[in-house]
Amino acid sequence: MGNINWFKYSSPQTFYPLAGKMVPWFVAAAVVLAAVGLYISFFVAPTDATQGEVYRVIFIHVGAAWMSMFIYVVMAFWSAIGLSFNARLSSMMASALAPTGALMTFIALWTGALWGKPTWGTWWVWDARLTSELILLFLYIGFLSLQAAIDDPRRADKAGAVIALVGVVNVPIIYFSVQWWSTLHQGASVSMAANQHMAVTMLWGMLVMALAFWMYCIAAALMRVGSIILEREYNADWVRTLPELQA
Amino acid sequence: MNWDGWSAFWDMGGRAFYVWGAYGVAAVCIVLEIMALKLRRRQARRDLKRRITAEKP
Repeated sequence: MGNINWFKYSSPQTFYPLAGKMVPWFVAAAVVLAAVGLYISFFVAPTDATQGEVYRVIFIHVGAAWMSMFIYVVMAFWSAIGLSFNARLSSMMASALAPTGALMTFIALWTGALWGKPTWGTWWVWDARLTSELILLFLYIGFLSLQAAIDDPRRADKAGAVIALVGVVNVPIIYFSVQWWSTLHQGASVSMAANQHMAVTMLWGMLVMALAFWMYCIAAALMRVGSIILEREYNADWVRTLPELQA
Repeated sequence: MNWDGWSAFWDMGGRAFYVWGAYGVAAVCIVLEIMALKLRRRQARRDLKRRITAEKP
């Protein structure tokens, strides 16, 4: 660890080119993992004994749902750092994560509805898991619209951070809802319990697809934070002398 | 191999609407986000270039 100065990367000036270099790698990882994951999902994983083919929605549903919760926690983390250390880049990172988190939440809800209709007989039910996931979508939308409504970026950072930090209590509620309340939603898909009989190839398909979502979300957040840096640091000399802006 | 030919694959055991409705909308969402990300970067660069040229004597 010794010689690396980690604080160096907390300045937008050094982080901007670093993020730019990382994006293509995460995009490549996402593409390769998605290709492998989709192949497993449709051509390797067997037909489900009780649900038939419709269970294949699981391969995108679980990954998107995991990311929707994980991104919120990461967003709350960067918001907290931004708030307590007055760190601009951390707040920008939180803002960059929110749209992708909202998108993952929407995908989780949408794919869940399309899976619920043929298996439960209903698109939607107000059970604890589904309701708390819908609240998560509203928290993301609240974060985004509050920040959009405030002109001063530093005040917007602070207001967003409050929503992010208050709302983070919802994440464990989503996660444990299937244990705490009796829900129509099934329990955890991945568990060490002996009564779980998920085919190994199904599990692999789900994990590889979840990893693909993860890599995609990192790429999207890094791409967005780069744009936010350009938008907010427009007065900085280092921005004005960027090679990509010359000529 | 799970499928007796491509028509069986697209049919998804009679659940094509639900399976492809889920995958299709997810794919469209991701494509739209990628387009939005590229557009935002392009706009940020354009605004900056405009600022830089406007300030040149």
